[in-house]
Amino acid sequence: MKAAKIVFGLLAVTFLMAPLVTILPLAFTSSDLLSYPIRSFSLRWFEELMISDAWRMSIVNSLVIGAGATLLATVLGTLVSLGLRRSFAFSGILKSALLLPMVVPAVILGVGMQITFIQLGLVNTHVGVIIAHTVVALPFVIVSVSGSLAGIDMRVERAAMSLGANPLRVFGHVTLPLMLPGVLSGAVLAFATSLDEVVLTLFVAGPNQRTLARQMFSSIRENISPAIAAAAFVIIVGTVVVAGLVLLFRAAAQRQKPSTVTV
Amino acid sequence: MTASMATSRASGRGSTTGRDGSMAASSARVAAMNGASAPFIALEQVEMMFGTHRVVDQLDLTITRGEFVSLLGPSGSGKTTILMLLAGFLQPTAGSICLGGKRIDHLPPHRRDMGVVFQNYALFPHMSVADNVAFPLRMRRVGREEIEQRVTRALDMVQLQHLRDRRPAMLSGGQQQRIALARALVFEPSVVLMDEPLGALDKQLREQMQLDIRDLHRRLGLTIVFVTHDQGEALTMSDRIAVFNRGRIEQIGSPTEIYDRPASRFVAEFIGETNLMAGKVTTTGPDGSLIRLDSGEDMAASAADWPAAGNEALLSVRPENVTVQPVGTARRTERVNIMQAKVADSVYQGDHLRLHLDCGQRRMIARLDRQVADYAVGTQVDVVFQADNCRVIPT
Repeated sequence: MKAAKIVFGLLAVTFLMAPLVTILPLAFTSSDLLSYPIRSFSLRWFEELMISDAWRMSIVNSLVIGAGATLLATVLGTLVSLGLRRSFAFSGILKSALLLPMVVPAVILGVGMQITFIQLGLVNTHVGVIIAHTVVALPFVIVSVSGSLAGIDMRVERAAMSLGANPLRVFGHVTLPLMLPGVLSGAVLAFATSLDEVVLTLFVAGPNQRTLARQMFSSIRENISPAIAAAAFVIIVGTVVVAGLVLLFRAAAQRQKPSTVTV
Repeated sequence: MTASMATSRASGRGSTTGRDGSMAASSARVAAMNGASAPFIALEQVEMMFGTHRVVDQLDLTITRGEFVSLLGPSGSGKTTILMLLAGFLQPTAGSICLGGKRIDHLPPHRRDMGVVFQNYALFPHMSVADNVAFPLRMRRVGREEIEQRVTRALDMVQLQHLRDRRPAMLSGGQQQRIALARALVFEPSVVLMDEPLGALDKQLREQMQLDIRDLHRRLGLTIVFVTHDQGEALTMSDRIAVFNRGRIEQIGSPTEIYDRPASRFVAEFIGETNLMAGKVTTTGPDGSLIRLDSGEDMAASAADWPAAGNEALLSVRPENVTVQPVGTARRTERVNIMQAKVADSVYQGDHLRLHLDCGQRRMIARLDRQVADYAVGTQVDVVFQADNCRVIPT
């Protein structure tokens, strides 16, 4: 029985990891073709990412748009979570509506956004792409922040009030520090969402807003160069780092170690 | 108890300077006894509705400075709601709440100057013990050095100086409770509110904390409002107990008054254990009253002027006031009641013996010293109880 579990587990992991294991080594090939076998290793395709205008611009775009969407989604998502903390009339419906971008097909969102953005003159602008990414990143922030808020005992905030803290200071000294791990992991998830978002970007971005994910998507059709594998390597390493940060924040929320703070 | 004999009266607030332990005994009990002082806390016609549910019903309550008042009652009786109203977490739907002569019911919690101790302690999990205790002082913008001194003094008071750099999660329940206490006292609030603070502790720790809190109350001259559903705790700690039932105060008085002279069936049954016998009042008066039980016997009871003669009433006698003698040896007098009974069960409880007695259709319980000769199940006995230990209460 135990052996069966281990075998099944290994198979599942293999299935999930196989595509990555296939593509990643090709980032280090010296050949012009995205294919095996690898005859000799080199970093020329990483160099290509840095030198080529199209790749370099897409990396910069991804960072700029990712940062903007992360900031916007985190601030809005945190405010939404605080507002939805106490239930009121239709608060359940409101929350479901805000989480909708998670389940609505991206194509539909994309078409809708394109039509709206044309009206507003936001098509082919960085602001437009940031807004589009914010919409899909927002639910992740809300889920994460709401989760950490649910873990805060309201009586702790009441205690702070009775000890002389006005509402602003209750927030600053008690609520915010306690919800911070949730906010940070929400921000990280928002950034990851923006980083690999392709569909909405196809609809609302112009050539100047090409993100890394979008650039990979199109270069696959144009020429299958190992630069894609190198770009994939960059994104995956970035994602793993980001996922590591999430785990770190969650662990920080759990851990209660002796403090060095003294009065 | 010698503290209660002190004649000098320190005010609740001023006396906190004596935190080092050197101060003269506080006058808490004196203040409670003479009862003449102006009310410090006054609730008038306070009403609290949650939707259509009336949780507190036109409630009047006054508390003197330096008094330890327990709000005692079953869950849902409104006692915790009163505490939340005092702390300012809830606003009364009607009535007024005054502190030191000023209305406070419109003030937000942070401007009420009350220290609250919660059942689950509600310590700040992200702060060290010292930072928890320093919190109310920081909120009041007390200087750094003074904070350091007062936190040190407060931690000494609860004997937890050595844990000052720990996080609350690393402390035991009893230690967390002491920290919560230190945090609620360090800013010298005018009133300390406690919401079942000992509920989560085991019996031994609970009893120790009861004595500790009572000692702090006496030493610092604190005004304490203490919510509990544990009658033993209320009897041990309080100057006065307010017994709550369905949003109203059923009876308020000293522990002895509440226990020895319950004003209603609810109080008699909620505080301790009692034997109740239904009947009709025959005579009342200052020298004692008479009640004819439904079973036909006449029983003498302590002085009462209410309920009036002719009304249905209950006779209440505590199990520890009931004694048992071999059948035929007891003599009935004007002030001694006697009943015939058969021993239905005899339960050995370590320090005492509980006899379950069959008196016709009635059952009685007697709590006897275990030195008394053992009565075998089935023995016929005389049940004896003094009229002075019998209370007539309305049904």
